[in-house]
Amino acid sequence: MTVKYTEDHEWVKAEGDAYVIGVSKHAAEQLGDVVFVELPEVGKTFAKGDEMAVVESVKAASDVYAPISGDIVEVNSAIVDEPAKVNEDPQGAAWFVKIKPSNPSELDALMDEGAYKDFAGNS
Amino acid sequence: MPNQDYNELKKTPLYDLHLSLGAKMVEFAGYAMPVQYPAGILKEHLHTREKAGLFDVSHMGQAFLHSLEVERGAPGAHEAIAAALETLMPGEISKLKKGAARYTVLLSEAGGVLDDLMVSRPLRDDLQGMMFLVVNAARKKEDFALIQQKLGDRVRLDIAHDRALLAVQGPKAAAVVSRLIPGAAEQTFMTMRGYSWPAVDNGAYVVVSRLGYTGEDGFEISVPNSHAELLAKALLAAPEVEPVGLGARDSLRLEAGLCLYGHDLTPETSPIEGNIAFAVGKRRREEGGFPGAERIQRELIEGPKRLRIGLKPEGRAPAREGAEIQSVDGQKIGEVTSGGFGPSAGAPVAMGYVEAGFSKTGTQVNLIVRGKPLPAIVADMPFVPHRYYRG
Repeated sequence: MTVKYTEDHEWVKAEGDAYVIGVSKHAAEQLGDVVFVELPEVGKTFAKGDEMAVVESVKAASDVYAPISGDIVEVNSAIVDEPAKVNEDPQGAAWFVKIKPSNPSELDALMDEGAYKDFAGNS
Repeated sequence: MPNQDYNELKKTPLYDLHLSLGAKMVEFAGYAMPVQYPAGILKEHLHTREKAGLFDVSHMGQAFLHSLEVERGAPGAHEAIAAALETLMPGEISKLKKGAARYTVLLSEAGGVLDDLMVSRPLRDDLQGMMFLVVNAARKKEDFALIQQKLGDRVRLDIAHDRALLAVQGPKAAAVVSRLIPGAAEQTFMTMRGYSWPAVDNGAYVVVSRLGYTGEDGFEISVPNSHAELLAKALLAAPEVEPVGLGARDSLRLEAGLCLYGHDLTPETSPIEGNIAFAVGKRRREEGGFPGAERIQRELIEGPKRLRIGLKPEGRAPAREGAEIQSVDGQKIGEVTSGGFGPSAGAPVAMGYVEAGFSKTGTQVNLIVRGKPLPAIVADMPFVPHRYYRG
């Protein structure tokens, strides 16, 4: 499956029966140098739109929202240890969490790459 | 910043240069200012501590103040203008040495800080009776109105609308600035000198002060608008110099333990509460004669009810402005007024006000971040040692 995006600049990609979630390259650029990441605990349940993680740059703190509802099955502790990875590879190695979705159809409402590029370009 | 009308904002003489350098511009105190360049806040911050950063601080208010009571250069001219200024601020101005700069504050009748500022006395004998003031951008209108209103019959206020202000900060600043302005390297911390630049006939009058807002050695150079871009480009041509925006300016001053007016100092805080008692001259503590003297003298004797202190949060999570400070048993004892991640400290750092009983270095407190208590200790400032050049 392709990558999908939210209006809050998260990306979602299928991996097995879970979905990998992170922040977009555009969001990482806007944030600037990331110095702190807080991730949820494995097993925690979120509804779509819930505050799920926190990412802070030198200048400001931002919330990361759950793009879809579900349970956290894995978190990427590498970005907690080395927050700068979020700037280096936000849509690859610096993924945030993996979610097992409770309602996969929520993905249909998210933007595809082209729609997100248009959206991010205007935001 | 998209969707914002920058035509409404004031521009410094370096606006076009900022854009050509790829700066991200933001609104600050009514000006369009660079918050960062493509290198980003972290690199700009570290570069300043390692080599030298160039900052456009032209939004700040500059003014020359002239005595109306004693002719410039005549005996008693400095004493006259110093006496006038001392009615508004608690700093030692009359005994300020020739060519020296002093950090002090403008006070309300209640002893609250209306602004913090630099006051400098010229070196040259023929310029005695004149003073150079640099005040905060967000307060300049009010400051100059206050000076005009209170001292208008004793001094002439010449607001330097025609001047830009460039800061060069970092361990390489002296080498860089003295290549352009020979003599600047001999100045020590908190001194001010006038020069002609470029050093040819009809060069512009530049005022070079060896001070800054980063904790590093460095200079602030007041230059006519007409020569600002020329000087900025000459400074940027030095291999040691990179442009630095307001983002890193803030993280640098936070690590240096320096106050940001409107956040760490407000009209409600006294200079004693603000932990800047050094802005109140020794003689003046005894004599008073400045607004709010009663409160300030009382706080000097009895101690203030609350005090600005440094805070080191445990772990990596920064505590930002507005975070509540609690005692370990959960009572509110104060509030964070500035906080973030210190790139040179390699850790989060903050400052804030706490009740005096909790102000001792090493005191355990909790900072409430996203609803959760974050353990922190009261710490000495600066968080990164000052490296001023004292000769």
